[in-house]
Amino acid sequence: MKRLQKLGAYLFLLLIGYVFLFPLLFMIMSSFKPEQVIFADLYSIRAILPVGDLTLDNYRQVFEKSDVLLYFRNSILITSAAVVLGLIVNSLLAFTLSRMRWSGRKYILAAVVALMIIPIEAIVVPLLLLVSKLPTIGWEQGGLVLMGSWLNSLEVQILPFVANSFFIFLFYQFFRDIPKDFDEAAELDGATPFQIYRHIIVPMSGPVFATVAILHFLLMWNQYIWPIMAVQGEDARPVMPGIQIFFGRQTSWGEIMAYASFVTLPVLAVFLAFQKKFVSSLAGAGIKG
Amino acid sequence: MNASTSVNSSDTLTVSSGRSAETRRPPRKRYVFLMSAPALLGLFMFMVLPFLMALGMSFTDQRLLSPNATEWVGLRNYDRLLNISWLVQEPVSDADNHLKQTADGELVYPRLRSVLRKNPEYKEFKEFTHWSFGDKRVVLLAKDPSFIQSIINTLLFVILVVPIQCGTALGLALLINQKLRGIFLFRTVFFSPVVTSIVVVSIVWSFLYHKDLGLFNHYLNAMSFGLIGPVDWLGDPDWAMPSIVLMSAWQAAGVQMLIFLAGLQGISGDLYEAAELDGAGPWGKFVNVTLPGLKNTTIFVVISTTIQAFGLFTQVDVMTRGGPQGSTSTVMYHAVTKGFREQDIAYGSAISVIFFLAILAIALLQKRFFDKREDA
Repeated sequence: MKRLQKLGAYLFLLLIGYVFLFPLLFMIMSSFKPEQVIFADLYSIRAILPVGDLTLDNYRQVFEKSDVLLYFRNSILITSAAVVLGLIVNSLLAFTLSRMRWSGRKYILAAVVALMIIPIEAIVVPLLLLVSKLPTIGWEQGGLVLMGSWLNSLEVQILPFVANSFFIFLFYQFFRDIPKDFDEAAELDGATPFQIYRHIIVPMSGPVFATVAILHFLLMWNQYIWPIMAVQGEDARPVMPGIQIFFGRQTSWGEIMAYASFVTLPVLAVFLAFQKKFVSSLAGAGIKG
Repeated sequence: MNASTSVNSSDTLTVSSGRSAETRRPPRKRYVFLMSAPALLGLFMFMVLPFLMALGMSFTDQRLLSPNATEWVGLRNYDRLLNISWLVQEPVSDADNHLKQTADGELVYPRLRSVLRKNPEYKEFKEFTHWSFGDKRVVLLAKDPSFIQSIINTLLFVILVVPIQCGTALGLALLINQKLRGIFLFRTVFFSPVVTSIVVVSIVWSFLYHKDLGLFNHYLNAMSFGLIGPVDWLGDPDWAMPSIVLMSAWQAAGVQMLIFLAGLQGISGDLYEAAELDGAGPWGKFVNVTLPGLKNTTIFVVISTTIQAFGLFTQVDVMTRGGPQGSTSTVMYHAVTKGFREQDIAYGSAISVIFFLAILAIALLQKRFFDKREDA
């Protein structure tokens, strides 16, 4: 009886697992199949298996028809710059909030917590006007000049997303729980607050840095609503608006699936490499947030 | 400064060490300033300032790129967004006092456009919808009917997606909370849609929803033995929003699943043993132990899912562009359409402010919920 129950549980899990995995597997497998094979395989288990004449034609077509490599490079630059800068500035603020006493600290902390409920959607429209008025400093004819606006650039996709109240709060919570003895000893030895941050707190905070890096990476790689507004030209376009435009004018499903697989690759790679960390960090973030 | 900083990191820190440290290096204030400034500047520039700008601009006629000077227009944007009215129309009768009818036997009413134009009270109003009561027809008017439609669509999405997504998440959490070998693998599988971009998910599901080729219609046809014909999931105004709901719940349930799982693991095993001693079966344990134990988790999950659902934009933008017939336009979709695509930043800002107030209302509701719980 017990064994039968267990078998039933596994069968049910497999069925539900199929429902959750099908679209992703279908996308990847179809990207290697010619159009007719995709449709021929569609209604059987073959849809999610790498069987039949597999080809890279879809990928070849995508690279030919769309500047996907440029978008990919842009996304990598935007994501890595925002994540690296974010880790530094967010943890620095969290350090002063959690381990230093200063007047106004409580108000700043309350403001950071309050900002956590504002979704990006609520500010994109006014943010668009703001960045359209901000000048960029450029190099022209041998001198520094103020040029146009921030629109259509990489920095317009990076700088607004560096400081993040939610990540500050995650750092704050982690730092707050580190025993104070370490800082005190260092302080007696004459360490400055920055030295304490750099040589004591940061080395002890690997898990929270990993959590925030993963969450920030996901947030940045999947950016959509902001770049479709702030970036019109191709030069600074990231991958998600790129695939949306490709989807809008393409009828070959094989090519669309190739594009989709290609831009999902980095996320899947990070996800599979750090599954445990990934899942636990998102769970922890959800509970604490 | 000295007195307050010398006790900074501990109550046991002696005053003398604090003072001697103070003399050897620059004051702590400078460190606090330098270390907190970058993030604070970022939050102010890109969160607080845009919001204040939205508030201010919503009372003007600011456009994204315009040579004309910006002017204050008071509450005009809000009036355009939210003002609704109604009128009652009598059917048209002919000279003999008989009601006029069309060839199909339907009653004829005065042309709404000319009625609205004649009456200054209805200036700028357009028809949103109408109902018939006997002979009479009640026409609901709005200055921006598509915004009212967007509010209704957004509420419909929230009302549908929150229970489906949270229910799915709870079910999945219960499944993976079993002690089975390899269960971690299933956790990863259930979670995989979350890491996939919603843009990519929307594109793949557009294929699954395809009227002629899609899997949904294939299975529907097979399971009903051909009785149920193909449904144009994303092309039918009645089905487009429910289709987006199903996909969205499927994509995001993994996050809430993990939160529920943590909640489940926080319930003490003793409670289950006690319930078992009282003769409770699996269902009894679920209702009397699991559900009460998950109360706080559930409140948190429901509120955060609700806030997220209000911002619905990407799925709509990729799959339906607000159509068919405006049936999937949402508050955020309308804000981007007006504020960005039609360059009416002031109007888009007014929508953003209304959106923000809605989010704030939910957050305050959440706080009241939690406060009440603490009183109890």
